[in-house]
Amino acid sequence: MDIRTVVTAILLAVGCFLMVVACIGMVRFPDFYARCHPSGKGDTLGQMLVLVGLIIYEGFSLVSVKLLIIIAFIWIANPTATHWVMKAAYTAGLKPWQKSQSS
Amino acid sequence: MSFLLTAIVMFSFWILLSGHFDPLLITLGIISSLLVAHWSHDLFLNEKEIGPGFRKAVRCIKYLPWLVWQITLANLHLIYLTLHPKMPIEPRVIRFTTELKTGFGIVALANSITLTPGTVTIKGSREEFIVHAITQAAARSLLSGEMQGRVKEVEGRDV
Repeated sequence: MDIRTVVTAILLAVGCFLMVVACIGMVRFPDFYARCHPSGKGDTLGQMLVLVGLIIYEGFSLVSVKLLIIIAFIWIANPTATHWVMKAAYTAGLKPWQKSQSS
Repeated sequence: MSFLLTAIVMFSFWILLSGHFDPLLITLGIISSLLVAHWSHDLFLNEKEIGPGFRKAVRCIKYLPWLVWQITLANLHLIYLTLHPKMPIEPRVIRFTTELKTGFGIVALANSITLTPGTVTIKGSREEFIVHAITQAAARSLLSGEMQGRVKEVEGRDV
């Protein structure tokens, strides 16, 4: 097996694992604000790892440069989108969940 | 100057996205990037800001490795919180003021906060930042102000 394939496989696996953890976090966390944490962070690094894996598999070409541009876009767009969704909730007056309220 | 730079950036981007090298298509690409540069170079680059803007870009690149490291830590932290059976979270909302002045600095700080361990920006402006922190430790490390110092370094004094 080619070393490049191995590295790609590892990166894809770790990336997919992070996305799965982000999904579990979305289900398990108690309220809207806490659920934004996994979607904002897990997806950013998960997608980056998957795309970096594909870049390594592809080698240096036009396609890999395009993938790099997608990574840069996701890095800017994902935190910004998370921030705006949370700002909307905060402006609408949604109260954050507090530990003391839980049974 | 800004016209030329815009045209060059537009054309390199065009080449990257198209991947065609026929003379006809290259000519069309040059014409379209010149047209775009002619109409919008003053929006894309401010003549006075080319020098400081370039230095700022260099400082951004220096800032990136630290950010990538913080994002990795954030994800390890997230994996720990998510998969821990008891889910040890104590969400809280914290507020602090910032000394950053430029829009660029505010945006960079807000996005960095979202990407680093346990914190997400709810509201960010020159007057006040409102941040949702998922644990007490995350809130404390944000209030220590290390990140603000780093973003301030990127922002620089020449603005």
